[in-house]
Amino acid sequence: MSPGLLRYLASRLARALLTVIGLVTIVFLLVRLIPGDPVEAILGDQAGPEEKAELRRALDLDRPVTEQYLSFLGDMVDGTLGTSFRQPDRSVWSLMRDVLPYTIALAIAALLVAWLVAVPLGTIAAARAGRGWDKVASAAAVLGLAIPNIWLGPLLILAFGVKLRWLPLPGDDLAGPEALILPAITIGTALAAVLTRQTRAAMIDVLSQQYISAARARGVPSIPLLLRHALRNALLPVMTIGAAQLGALLSGTVVTEKIFERQGLGTLFLDAFFARDIPVVQGCVLIIAVIYVGVNLVVDLAYGVVDPRVRLS
Amino acid sequence: MKRVRARLRRTPIGLLIVIAFFVLGTIGPWIAPYDPMAIDLLHEYQAPSLRHWLGTGDNGIDILSALLHGARLAAIVGIVVVGISVSFGTALGTWAGYYGKLPDHVVTGIADLVQAFPAIVLNIAVLALVAKPGLLHLIVALAVNGWVLYARLARAETLSLREREFVEAARALGVPAHQVMRRHVVPNLLGPLVIQATTGLGVVILAESTLSFLGLGPGKAVSWGALLDQGTSVLLRFPHVALFSGGAIALTVLGFNLMGDWLRDRLDPRLR
Repeated sequence: MSPGLLRYLASRLARALLTVIGLVTIVFLLVRLIPGDPVEAILGDQAGPEEKAELRRALDLDRPVTEQYLSFLGDMVDGTLGTSFRQPDRSVWSLMRDVLPYTIALAIAALLVAWLVAVPLGTIAAARAGRGWDKVASAAAVLGLAIPNIWLGPLLILAFGVKLRWLPLPGDDLAGPEALILPAITIGTALAAVLTRQTRAAMIDVLSQQYISAARARGVPSIPLLLRHALRNALLPVMTIGAAQLGALLSGTVVTEKIFERQGLGTLFLDAFFARDIPVVQGCVLIIAVIYVGVNLVVDLAYGVVDPRVRLS
Repeated sequence: MKRVRARLRRTPIGLLIVIAFFVLGTIGPWIAPYDPMAIDLLHEYQAPSLRHWLGTGDNGIDILSALLHGARLAAIVGIVVVGISVSFGTALGTWAGYYGKLPDHVVTGIADLVQAFPAIVLNIAVLALVAKPGLLHLIVALAVNGWVLYARLARAETLSLREREFVEAARALGVPAHQVMRRHVVPNLLGPLVIQATTGLGVVILAESTLSFLGLGPGKAVSWGALLDQGTSVLLRFPHVALFSGGAIALTVLGFNLMGDWLRDRLDPRLR
């Protein structure tokens, strides 16, 4: 590795770390400003003052904010992320570890749906720019962008769960991996729409370049020309857009887990919010932000490694 | 009549949807056939009929009336949030782009930090600050990340405008910085900002619906998202509630998207 690349790596890592520390602090402050009293939310109105004071002590809520912040940072460093208010025998991390696989599986399935639809559709649209298939693809992208996932989910349940009975209904505990299909389409549709547009634009750009004309003149058949010569180069910018869509992907899991009654990070987050389980709210916001910052860092670095024309500096 | 019809055919569908949305958002509550809060337990979850064109929902409320009232909430939230976001974002972005250096680092730094949260997670975190979120809190929560888009746009455009001859000439003539920005830079930002704000209205209306759907909307007001939430919970037995309320959201978002695309084609000469 060249010293320039190392220096770039170091500065990029430092920036990511700073962002995470900034986020941790903001999350801590935001959550401390919640006016609802967590002690009252947990114990209810019936509890006596002594009971409340005891819980307050047990939860460290009676200590000054600076001390709370330091112990919060300590919890970050040792990886437990603190203890849940509602379930005092569970660390926040252990609660999240239980549901994280469901959310990750959903996110990956949604990405799969998006890429499997967008790359072929975008490529065909670019190859036939201005003609029938292109118009179909553009119209599909406009619709895909406009249809809200809070509506698409119920529509899919009605069509494939109620009318056709092909796929399991929400809340069906006995359902296998096919229960992932509708939630993945619910999140993946909007992503597919954005990626289709990007793939089309990038492909049109690449197809107008001289090396493509040269390959065509050499007699390279059109399918290998599209796939081997054009698509490989066109996908690089699309990858970056794909990473920028991660926020939409994570927001989508919060909504979709509610619609399909799935467990996951989003459900944990919403439940903790309504129960005022502050450590769990903190932990969820934090983990989502860390995933976001981390993936963007990896994509940034990968971009420079994959494409030698991008100079990392 | 013929001329009117020919004209109508050339009018883009996005514009028609947007106009219909704002008209209904304005007069909707007056033309609504019923009080959207009126409880009628004998007629709960009825399918569409002549008495209730779009059927009834939870507690027997008339869905058409609820949607008409919801349109006003969506319009108010959309206009206020986009208004705040555009003014705040443009001011910050222009300032950052014009001066560069420290102001630029501060604004881009905050923008990066805000964008490190998925929008809805940040909205929920802000709404968590109040015990009973109302309309005002909803607007604040949506504006907290709404401004970033406009600030980035204004900054990027200002960076290139700053180097143009007419801005340099104004500076060389000794025009004070704030006047250069107000008279020479900001007017040239308006085109891209209007395009962005049109699509942005759809985004905000969708965000309001989503938050209401998750149960975080303003408690007392009638909202499309809250209605969709009710509809989803009875989806298997009474699908019409979810179909109509979700359809209203989807159609509105589609309208603003189409209108944004149409404006971009007309206003942005680089794309011609």
